[in-house]
Amino acid sequence: MRQLAYHEAKLEALRELMEEDDRVYLIGGTFFSLSPHRLGFAAVEKAYPDRVAAPPISELGFCGLATGAAMAGLRPVVDLTTGSFLFEAWPQVCNEAANVLYMSGGQVRAPVVFHMLHGLRGGGAAQHSASPQAMLWNCPGLEIVLPSSPRDVKGLLKSAVASENPTVFIDHSGLFDTEGPVPEADHVPLGQADVKRAGADVTLIGTSLALHRALGVAEVLAREGIDVEVVDPRTLVPFDLDTVMASVEKTGRVVVVDETHQSCGVAAEIAARIVETGFDKLKGPIRRVATLDVPVPYSQPLEEHIGPSEGRITAAIRESIG
Amino acid sequence: MIPALPKTQLLAQCRKMLLVRHFEEALIGLHHEGRFRGHYHVYIGQEATGVPAISLLQPDDLLFSTHRNHGHILARGGDPGRLLAEILGRRDGYNRGKGGSFHTSPRELGFLQCSGVVGGILPLGTGAAYAAKSRASGQIAVCLFGDGALEEGAVPEAFNLASLWKLPVLYLCENNGKYGAGNAVGAMQSSTMAVYPLTDLPAAYKIPAVQVDGTDAAAVHEALNESIEAIRSGGGPRFIETLSVRWPGSETNWPVVKAPTAVDLAWDVSGIPEDVRAWYRDSDPVLRFMRELVESGQADKAELETLNRSVLDQINAAVDFAFDSPYPELSEAETDVFAENR
Ligand SMILES: Cc1ncc(C[n+]2csc(CCOP(=O)(O)OP(=O)(O)O)c2C)c(N)n1
Ligand SMILES: [Mg+2]
Repeated sequence: MRQLAYHEAKLEALRELMEEDDRVYLIGGTFFSLSPHRLGFAAVEKAYPDRVAAPPISELGFCGLATGAAMAGLRPVVDLTTGSFLFEAWPQVCNEAANVLYMSGGQVRAPVVFHMLHGLRGGGAAQHSASPQAMLWNCPGLEIVLPSSPRDVKGLLKSAVASENPTVFIDHSGLFDTEGPVPEADHVPLGQADVKRAGADVTLIGTSLALHRALGVAEVLAREGIDVEVVDPRTLVPFDLDTVMASVEKTGRVVVVDETHQSCGVAAEIAARIVETGFDKLKGPIRRVATLDVPVPYSQPLEEHIGPSEGRITAAIRESIG
Repeated sequence: MIPALPKTQLLAQCRKMLLVRHFEEALIGLHHEGRFRGHYHVYIGQEATGVPAISLLQPDDLLFSTHRNHGHILARGGDPGRLLAEILGRRDGYNRGKGGSFHTSPRELGFLQCSGVVGGILPLGTGAAYAAKSRASGQIAVCLFGDGALEEGAVPEAFNLASLWKLPVLYLCENNGKYGAGNAVGAMQSSTMAVYPLTDLPAAYKIPAVQVDGTDAAAVHEALNESIEAIRSGGGPRFIETLSVRWPGSETNWPVVKAPTAVDLAWDVSGIPEDVRAWYRDSDPVLRFMRELVESGQADKAELETLNRSVLDQINAAVDFAFDSPYPELSEAETDVFAENR
């Protein structure tokens, strides 16, 4: 199968979306933030000058505009660049887009996609490093997508645009240069987790960039004879509990690694669902490896210290197998 | 032109402009050497706005700035060593390494927040003015921000509040996109406003607003002086837009110094690479200020050379200080989340 870099697969998805559906409009940044890959996006911009818009620095305005345009028939994909800037757009995303279908009694849909890059990025400090997915998970009505591989970013972006619901598409700049297989004709549905590595001893659930750390740790521990299964939910809403529980039944031990803050974070919700459905399958407590409950510090060693590092994942797995 | 001020003050302003310029040039060099990571924004090209403007404030006034704060901090008397230490994420930085370039914010100099959120400081500065007015403290609040901020919805909301409640706040909008880079690919984002001149926006909220040449220290001095007096005497908020031409070194998101600043460039730009020469000749506020100091008889070239050398020495010492400063202890990551109750 052909191999693509993550940024290539993502760009291919954007291109195909533009080609295949003239309701798709791209509003916002470059989808690759300041990385050199933004120049790839420039070609899309050039090919579709009437369907790619660079708005003013008005996140509240253009997220609301995209939502309204979606309600009236378009399929807008908005790029907020950094996840932190979603906070500027909160009322339109969480109080308008998320509620419109329900509040209208099912009459009006808002099939808009909000794209952003989340997480610790190396010097983003407190105001440019947010991982808003856990807060968004507390907003019923929003779908939440977290790709981690070239295949997933392409497939999930296309499924997000095809979805009839408002979808938050949360990417990570640390993924752009990863490589992997991407089938030519492919479909990655929302709501289908992916077992990224099979194993028998511990279930390690990870999302986005943290998934790659999980895979790295799994390889290292394999040399010691610890067989880690790595599961990537890929979307939080909808959440594929079946795939997760199938793994938990096999291993009985669970570590969840994620970049949101620990309290009320993504790992907390996943752990709660596992405990509620399969308490009797667990051989011990579930461990969370999340970002410490502090705003993100700028200084490099401090930033590395608060995140879900390989060291903390390894320690959690060792504790879990006792 | 140069402000009508005694020579010692003019030379002090010239020294600060050179300090800002050489600090930023040194910073760009350090970044190219890979000696710190992350994104940063330089104040080159706006020195004749920040330096004269900030020199007119009182020590207890309340300041707010943005991602482009280095020049404001140095103009306010900030220590380049501690500023650089912050940008390097070191313990001796103003924010003890927690804020970084975008957020360096020395409270001891009157800065309450330098925010990386475009537009974020306008409501905050308006609130500081509300506190000052409520307590009749005599302070004013000053928001220093870019033209792009006006695109954010929080900004007109702040204008409305300040105008309705006659709050003592100065909005200083540094429009560094005089010939606008626009949203050209690879270029910095800059203002995309349906309202032009930008002063029309605050004016719609009945906030007196003027536009001045931000590379003309005398024009900045006069406009600020008039506005600050009006604010202090209870006249409510004021807005000033200063115009400057984007420094060609920031055409991309990662600045490049093609012509290190030197005193003789003020009179002879022939050695500067052709693609950037026009900016140094026509739009560089620091070279212009030095030229005007000499033309008006306030200084001679030799004096300026001495001043320039002393600034370069100070920058070298600042670089040593910052790199000698250790990273914070890891336990520092978990401090300052909550204040202790008193
Ligand atoms: C709310 C928000 N949206 C987007 C950004 C990304 N951003 C950083 S600087 C910048 C341009 C700001 O332009 P301006 O206000 O004119 O300031 P300048 O950089 O020109 O000094 C943008 C859009 C941000 N920091 N905050
Ligand atoms: Mg600007």
